Amino acid sequence: MARHTVLGQWHRRHGANPAEFAGYEMPLWYPAGARAEHLAVLTAVGVFDTSHMAVLTVSGPGAFGLLQRCHTRDLGVLLPPGDPPRCTYGVFLDARGHVVDDAVVYGLSPDRFLVVVNAGMGPRVAAHLAAHAPGPGAGIADLTDRLGKIDVQGPGAARVLEPLLADPDRAFQDLDYFRFRGHFDPTAPEAGQVRWHDGAPILLSRTGYTGEFGFELYVEAHRAPAIWADLVEAGEGRGLLPCGLAARDSLRTGAVLPLAHQDIGEWPFVRNPWTRVLPLGPGGTGYTKEFLGRAAIEAAVDAAWTLPFAGFDPRKVPSGASVHGGSGRELGTVLTCATDMGIDRVEGRIVSVASPNRPAGFTPRGLCCGFVRVGEPLPPGTRVELRHGRRSIPVEIVSDIRPDRTARVPIGAMRTRRSASSQEEPR
Amino acid sequence: MKTLDELILPHDLRYTRDHEWARVEGDLVRVGITDYAQDQLGDVVYVELPEAGQTFARGEAFGTVESVKAVSELYLPVGGEIVEVNTGLSDAPQLVNEKPYDRGWMVVVRPSDPAEIGGLLDVEAYREHLRGIE
Repeated sequence: MARHTVLGQWHRRHGANPAEFAGYEMPLWYPAGARAEHLAVLTAVGVFDTSHMAVLTVSGPGAFGLLQRCHTRDLGVLLPPGDPPRCTYGVFLDARGHVVDDAVVYGLSPDRFLVVVNAGMGPRVAAHLAAHAPGPGAGIADLTDRLGKIDVQGPGAARVLEPLLADPDRAFQDLDYFRFRGHFDPTAPEAGQVRWHDGAPILLSRTGYTGEFGFELYVEAHRAPAIWADLVEAGEGRGLLPCGLAARDSLRTGAVLPLAHQDIGEWPFVRNPWTRVLPLGPGGTGYTKEFLGRAAIEAAVDAAWTLPFAGFDPRKVPSGASVHGGSGRELGTVLTCATDMGIDRVEGRIVSVASPNRPAGFTPRGLCCGFVRVGEPLPPGTRVELRHGRRSIPVEIVSDIRPDRTARVPIGAMRTRRSASSQEEPR
Repeated sequence: MKTLDELILPHDLRYTRDHEWARVEGDLVRVGITDYAQDQLGDVVYVELPEAGQTFARGEAFGTVESVKAVSELYLPVGGEIVEVNTGLSDAPQLVNEKPYDRGWMVVVRPSDPAEIGGLLDVEAYREHLRGIE
């Protein structure tokens, strides 16, 4: 029996097309459809219920040492916490260098951290951390069932949130990419720093998994329905759409972000587009810290390459389809393959609905894109074929997929920017 | 997702268990996918159709319809020669979602054995088939 998030009733009442994901019944899309939802995040705002994601606290004098040993990022950047404090994305590896899960770590204080992992992964990651603690003094608790999590993503995200926050100027001050402020727990010292207009304490994080500008809101579970309803109401007339898992998957793929247990998983975490989350030293050589899995990935000299690709039309193949070179030689397999519905080719070049230089009247058909895992390092521009059954789709190895993403645009610019569809006249 | 009561299932069409519809137009048969099929698939992003002149047996895959969720084969309700293809779907695949029985049609077939039409489901039998899926 699938579980529901605290927003499950809202989803059902509003016609969500449900799918089971990691033990939860989650919306795949709402009546507007996945294409409209995907485009809303590129040109306006989308809201996602991500309450199924697991949240752990790691606290105590041994907390930093434990996370520094297990997470691939050098968490020294989180300490001492600045204003606003930082969070960072990386992975937990096992001793084989395989991915246990990917995780964002929030540094609240030198002995208090939040760890956000994938849906259903709380118990497994907690057990992994407990088993690899280098010493005593770290307590791990799973807060998942006590929290609601809502992602507000897209160029209009700050403008939708602004009238709903008690003090938006304070909440947004210096809130750069991967900074956060406030706390969902009313007894936490940071709780007063960001409040909803009704006083509800919020942890407001300048993060997301769409590649676009936006926020993740962590709140006590019982607060989530009112906050979600406020967002939907405030977004009326601003192009806001509630978005399901299908749009989330197509947006993150176009943003070259991996899906854990599909694009990263039971193989050494090397030779992929995400090795920047390893604690590489200056110039990309050596590591700045010791961490679990390091020896295994240093030894993984025969590992396969994971590379992003983009196609020439929206056609897809399922995960596990085969990849072939020019002579028909089999090179490897397809990991994620999704259609980014906001992009298309214009004279060979990939253009997005949010690209300032898009042609007048640009209406993308969408492009197939994703990741392949192959036995040799194919340079960007290499043409390969994805085959499944009778279907054979030509695609190109690329270094990036959807252009002109907004995730890193400064918050000040986004608060004053007009909607993406009117920000600049197309040429 | 639509409930059974919300689905549009025209009475003048015949249906297959694979969720194609067939409309007899003189000695030709127009073919598409049902409201149920388009609702299950979600936004259609690409439709691959054969060329006019190709022939297929009854139940043979004649193309694919691709949504954000999945790639599905299209099966011909009656065997015969494809005499017309909806080329409008290449630029506007969303017509399959918006007008599944109208501008979202896929091919027109000249049946090699018109008796095969009699073997298709009528609307009540198709509705019963959908009840069994729910």
